[in-house]
Amino acid sequence: MLKRLRENKSAQGTLLATPTMLWMIGLLIIPLLLTLVVSFGQRSPDGDVIYSFSLDNYIRLFGYSTDCDNGQASCFDPLYLQILWRSLTLAFNTTVLVILLAYPLAYFIARAHPLRRNTFLFMVLIPLWTNFVIRVYAWMMLLRTQGVINLGLGWLAGLFNIPFTPLEMLYTPGAVLVGMVYEFLPFMILPIYTSLEKIDNSLYEAAADLGANGLKTFARVTLPLSMPGVVAGTILVFIPVMGTFIVSDILGGRQVILVGNLIQRQFLDARDPTFGSAASLILMIMTLIVTYFYTRKFGFGEEIVVA
Amino acid sequence: MSHDPAHLTIPWKGVCGMNPHRRHPFIFSSAMLVYVFLYAPIIVLILFSFNASRANVTFEGFVPTFSDKVVMDGSLVKASPCGPFHWFCELAKDKDVAEAAGNTLTIAIVSTLVSSVIGTMAALALQRYEFKLKPFSQLSLYIPIVIPEIVMGIGILTLFSQLFGVINGSLGLTGDSRLSMGLGTVIVSHIAFSVPFVTLVVQARLQGFDKSYEEAAMDLGANEWTTFRRVTLPMILPGVLSGALLAFTLSLDDFVITFFTNGPGSTTLPIYVYGLLRRIITPQVNALSTVWILTVFSVVLILQWLQTREAKQH
Amino acid sequence: MANEFAVELQDVVKKFITPEGNELNAVDHVSMQIKNGEFFSMLGSSGCGKTTSLRMIAGFEWPTEGEVYIEGKAMGRTPPFQRKVNTVFQSYALFQHLTVFQNIAFGLEMEGAQKDEIEKRVKHVLEMVQLTGMERRKPKQLSGGQQQRIAVARALVKVPDVLLLDEPLGALDLKLRKDMQLELKALQQQLGITFVYVTHDQEEAMTMSDRIAVMSKGKVQQLGAPVEIYERPANKFVADFIGDSNFFEGRIKSLSKEEAVVFIPDLNAEVTGIPVSQGLVNGEEITVSIRPEKVLISEKPMNQNTFSGKVTNTVYIGTDTHVYVDLMGKRVKVFEQNRISRLDPGSFYTVGQDVTLVMMPENVLVLKKE
Repeated sequence: MLKRLRENKSAQGTLLATPTMLWMIGLLIIPLLLTLVVSFGQRSPDGDVIYSFSLDNYIRLFGYSTDCDNGQASCFDPLYLQILWRSLTLAFNTTVLVILLAYPLAYFIARAHPLRRNTFLFMVLIPLWTNFVIRVYAWMMLLRTQGVINLGLGWLAGLFNIPFTPLEMLYTPGAVLVGMVYEFLPFMILPIYTSLEKIDNSLYEAAADLGANGLKTFARVTLPLSMPGVVAGTILVFIPVMGTFIVSDILGGRQVILVGNLIQRQFLDARDPTFGSAASLILMIMTLIVTYFYTRKFGFGEEIVVA
Repeated sequence: MSHDPAHLTIPWKGVCGMNPHRRHPFIFSSAMLVYVFLYAPIIVLILFSFNASRANVTFEGFVPTFSDKVVMDGSLVKASPCGPFHWFCELAKDKDVAEAAGNTLTIAIVSTLVSSVIGTMAALALQRYEFKLKPFSQLSLYIPIVIPEIVMGIGILTLFSQLFGVINGSLGLTGDSRLSMGLGTVIVSHIAFSVPFVTLVVQARLQGFDKSYEEAAMDLGANEWTTFRRVTLPMILPGVLSGALLAFTLSLDDFVITFFTNGPGSTTLPIYVYGLLRRIITPQVNALSTVWILTVFSVVLILQWLQTREAKQH
Repeated sequence: MANEFAVELQDVVKKFITPEGNELNAVDHVSMQIKNGEFFSMLGSSGCGKTTSLRMIAGFEWPTEGEVYIEGKAMGRTPPFQRKVNTVFQSYALFQHLTVFQNIAFGLEMEGAQKDEIEKRVKHVLEMVQLTGMERRKPKQLSGGQQQRIAVARALVKVPDVLLLDEPLGALDLKLRKDMQLELKALQQQLGITFVYVTHDQEEAMTMSDRIAVMSKGKVQQLGAPVEIYERPANKFVADFIGDSNFFEGRIKSLSKEEAVVFIPDLNAEVTGIPVSQGLVNGEEITVSIRPEKVLISEKPMNQNTFSGKVTNTVYIGTDTHVYVDLMGKRVKVFEQNRISRLDPGSFYTVGQDVTLVMMPENVLVLKKE
């Protein structure tokens, strides 16, 4: 028995991979398939799933409504489409902002003295190790009407004798955007840093030698070579922003509803898992489409693993 | 900074000629601003954990005096047995926090152990062996990266609730003997999202690992298991440890998956904090955050220190 | 010794699947017998199957067909740790996490040797490779040459029946490599252990080996003592691979018991008086080869095997001057030893000079066409 296993390398490989594969199939693939099945089902009055093949949930998601104001039997209600669109634009805006903030810092760290690089990098990681929920809470404290930012602004206004009414910042789309940017910024800094750090110094020297000035070197050498990092970072930021519901829940109140909030409510408040499953599949398809086109254009960097 | 004489003694690429570490003022100032952006919320958070105001809306100064009993004036704490550390003492007395902390650690430790072991095994399989399901296995590891966590979360929730429903129904289980969400489901789910990361990290380390070390061990008379124990494992240990550290931090930080898979008695700290945020928030939440931040920070510092000490020995 | 042969390969084939999915015979029906106590080399360029053959002896690979015997015992699929052979790896494969002592002791521990015995034997083998006192160092703290000796010591401490060496000197610089060649040879003679040595460096193989197997495309092209391989190459590949050769395509014009006459169309000339090897047929198309150092440059024509040409280039390389001579459009290499010390070596022969080349019949080899 042992002798036969020793001679069968393929069986050894399969055996080693089996526990992980059990987990991947049992807790990733089967749940995804189950979600697909449930999304075609119908909700029973007490919130259970009646298995059937009905496209009702998807039709509802794309605007078909039976709950109309003017007494009609059915009408177009863009509520869910608006939610999807809001999530998509928010994820896009967050990613752009995060790239703009992350790039200079990553560049700064990559070109810092080798002995200091680790410290600077470490300083990016520390906020990441504080808890996700705690980080949202911190912004809640900053953005409140009597929060630290308003306090600071009021003090400044007082200094110049300008009348000041505290800004309503919490529970606005802006607050959600800031929260998202804050949460996911380190996930962009790390991969960009990794790809910048790989650039051999001789390339900068070669560019200078060939007559490129600082800005030209950046545009023609640094930026293209760091694209794998930006791509990896984008995937690491865009996808979670699409699905996160805590940030909008805490910083957006009831004002900013994203797909994440929609799904969560279907499962816990509205108790309609079939509709929640349909929304979740649409979310997954949206992220997969975006990732597919994005990585097809720029490639799927190994930076993702490094981060 | 880049011009102090100490630098001249340290050789690095391009030390002669143009200084590659020359700093552009724009880069420098924007980098510093990003650091401020990263740290300001955390500093405010820590400061407010010393707030004398129970309402915790504005900072009303530290709790000024020590006394035998807590003295309140409206929402202001005037005196406390712990003085400025009033909220930390309140925190220490909170049984729910203690339970949540215990759960968080249990889940993180168990899921880290399991995912490190099976993830390392899978990494070895993927890097060293050819087998039929290899392309599928490799691809499946990327699923948690490209799919939003909430999709995974509700999928697992549906799986468990349907599965438990069927089992409870067919076995006629009632009351406490019924299967339900709890520590077990959370741990199993945490392993699911940690394993791919451990596998990918260890796999990356294995890529640079020369197979001839193992052949040398076998050549010298070690069988497969001894070879793994005495040669392979010690050599890939740094990779396994960084994979384990990643799994541990992912588990500690996780909110979404835990949110959908926990049950009575398996509340974790993030879930607990989230619950508080939707009710009245006292500086006790800040105190909890401060303890959390300082704990993680000191653990990481110790690990870093151990690592550099290890590196210096070699 | 119970067996005359330490290692025997019988019609061994090793197939690999290339990344493109094609089957490749890395080792293609190889048979060889390695005698007890000899220094045996497998020589060839990369991809010739020499390393795969060695790995099959070590047990890292199993033959697809055929059988490997060690000390007369068929190995089948015996794993490496059950074979009484040890390997010195090209990369040394010293365990970085263990000290020098622990590295060498590793193999003895696996045998279950006692602690004091391990210490004694490690000490002894370190003396043998002249690295006493290095026990507590880590491999990274040693120079390349020292690491190489530790790798040898780690394998030798097990007192194997056969020591396998896979290009062990490849990473060392030229001078150190030459010293180590002599040292390894001396060690082998002193211990009497069979060494099987894989190298792509023909000079290295010539220096150290009792016998050499020249390999190409997974096959043994010739197996013999260094002098046989150089002076009587079995085919054009060996003549070309070992040292330098001038080749001419030709046809056997007449054949007697003692000698042959070959006609070379390119030179429109005959070479006469060539000693006859076996299996030649009158009228057969063959290849004629002569080593550059065995072509003589003569002032005046001799009566046979004489060709006149023009010098096209000379290259001074210290010990020799390489003279390139054009014979009716065919370029012939001639190595002239620089026996007299003088500057301006170009003045030995000048470009454009008319010269006469003499190929002594005993230096001319007739090689069969593949």
